[in-house]
Amino acid sequence: MNSEELEVAEPGVCPQPRAAGGSKTAGRIGETLARVKAEGRLALIGWQTVGFPEPGAAERLVPALLEGGFDLIELGVPFSDPQADGATVQHASHVALQHGTTLRDCLRTVRNLRKASVAAPLLFMSYYNPVLAMGVERFAGEAASAGLDGLIVPDLPPEEAGELLEALEPAGIDPIFLVAPTSTDDRLERVAERARGFVYCVSLTGVTGARQELSASLPDYLARVRRFTDLPLAVGFGISRPEHVAVLRGRADAAVVGSAIIDLMTKTPRDEHAVRLREFAASLRAAA
Amino acid sequence: MAGIAGASIGRPALAREAAGYFGRYGGQYVPETIMPALAQLVAAYEQTKHDPAFQHELAELSRHYVGRPTPLYHATKLTAEAGGAQIYLKREDLAHTGAHKINNALGQGLLARRIGRRRIVAETGAGQHGVATATVCAMLDLECVVYMGEEDVRRQSLNVFRMKLLGAEVRSVTSGSRTLKDAINEAFRDWVTNVETTYYLIGSVVGPHPYPTIVRDFQSVIGHEARAQALDQIGDLPTAVVACVGGGSNAMGIFHAFVGDREVELIGVEAAGHGVESGKHAATLVAGRPGVLHGARSYLLQDENGQVIEAHSISAGLDYPGVGPEHSHLKDLGRARYVAVTDTQALEGFQLLCRTEGIIPALESAHAIAACIDVARRFSAGDSIVVNLSGRGDKDMGTVASTLGVAL
Repeated sequence: MNSEELEVAEPGVCPQPRAAGGSKTAGRIGETLARVKAEGRLALIGWQTVGFPEPGAAERLVPALLEGGFDLIELGVPFSDPQADGATVQHASHVALQHGTTLRDCLRTVRNLRKASVAAPLLFMSYYNPVLAMGVERFAGEAASAGLDGLIVPDLPPEEAGELLEALEPAGIDPIFLVAPTSTDDRLERVAERARGFVYCVSLTGVTGARQELSASLPDYLARVRRFTDLPLAVGFGISRPEHVAVLRGRADAAVVGSAIIDLMTKTPRDEHAVRLREFAASLRAAA
Repeated sequence: MAGIAGASIGRPALAREAAGYFGRYGGQYVPETIMPALAQLVAAYEQTKHDPAFQHELAELSRHYVGRPTPLYHATKLTAEAGGAQIYLKREDLAHTGAHKINNALGQGLLARRIGRRRIVAETGAGQHGVATATVCAMLDLECVVYMGEEDVRRQSLNVFRMKLLGAEVRSVTSGSRTLKDAINEAFRDWVTNVETTYYLIGSVVGPHPYPTIVRDFQSVIGHEARAQALDQIGDLPTAVVACVGGGSNAMGIFHAFVGDREVELIGVEAAGHGVESGKHAATLVAGRPGVLHGARSYLLQDENGQVIEAHSISAGLDYPGVGPEHSHLKDLGRARYVAVTDTQALEGFQLLCRTEGIIPALESAHAIAACIDVARRFSAGDSIVVNLSGRGDKDMGTVASTLGVAL
């Protein structure tokens, strides 16, 4: 061996986009977003951190979110080191881990929701390591049989996603990629090539968490993303109020509301969670 | 030049499109928001590597500000105590601020200034990297924010005071285990939020590409000096090179120049804490398995569900559940060997060096001292080993005193 062999790899060339085997919007996520669009409104994606505030809460509260007006549900898989999350989701993740919540428990939650006749699209937001620890192929198989529709991995840019994409594709689970206001045009192109279901547009330069106001440059940013893809655009990070949802009408296809739901749960007694989340969902729906 | 060495080990499928792999380790496992900043950093760093003006300024400051080259010291009494190979100490403890950390902080500080970032964020565990960063920021007139776990702020109050004197803002981190890994998470969140104005000055050979390469390169001055000094003073290459490994920057720094010298044995020393079998340790390479943390794929202390396990070591600088990806690669290749030393053994090494040589080592470096005794005994007096004495022990007086039951 000489020392050169140990040099770092040169940045490589991006491979061709995936062969178009089936539509990029086939499946429950694409169908739901198309139906909502046909109804002339913005789709709402709601959040639950699995295991927060106690095991089994998601089974109880996901139906409430859907009854109130959410169209899709993102389930947060707790992780010890949630680098892309602000204080709210960090806290929920921490509490869930103290209850011993695992990726396996999250898959069980999906199965339970499907058994309870929840038909809406269900997605996971999971950092990469819990998925890697289970094994990407095993995860894809179990997730598909449980009834999961999509996977968002906040610490997995498209360059690193090859292994996961190969596992998710045959399982029929949509890989959801994120773009950010800092994404350059060539990066938007790269994401658009690989994305399925929808493109998750991070609304701001930062971590998750409710904000008072949306960025003033959001419309221009969304218009820029739109030039690179026909997939639906979902906007998340900081979306917490009906006014925010109203701003997104006509500019995006879906709004993701996460931390605001956890904040509401933290502020209210547990026996009121279902009622309060249903009310909150309805207030957002009225603006969507 | 392409990282083909580890291809046969089996890289992640399609990962060849990704940048910055050492075999199957490394990469860029980060949120999209900072991917453009990493691309910019890769490009800027490529330019500086070949810019004589940058290299000249770095060399001048290394000499006149840091105090390089640091000596290679023949520790004859320690050698006699061990009874085997000749032991030489690479005296990074004599560098400005008392540890090797300044080499990287200086290089990256100059790099940050070059790409127009005036605000620096950094993480610190024991406080050595925080102090080095605050020092460089004072000298280069850069704003400095250091994230430090609440637990470490308490344990290392002297270094907190040093950073503040140097003009840095120290932010106490109360999330997670409130130690180094959480300080990294928080520095990272700050960077994600302020990426347009802020440079993340990471303190070890960890994090997403290009950080493991950048930090290694700025630390590789240790090994380049040591190799030349060995040829000059010993008349030959050393039989072995020994260094402690937390994130792994001082070890990578001294290993790098010797990696191509296949006859030189490279030994990394991790912290076994209460013992590897106790579960309370920081022996990532010895007892962990590959995973993804802090932007890179590397060995990791994790449970069966992929949750990161809190590390334990008497030495705050080794108290980290991850490790630099290049070390993972060297381990899999068999080019470097990794062992672990307990808290108790490290304390013995600490006291031994104090008594025999009149040198008070950092507790991190004391792990390397403890291991080198065993290594030396495997060889004869005609052999020589170089130990990276990565830092001095002033910062550890409180910890050592309380462990030995002495009230200060």
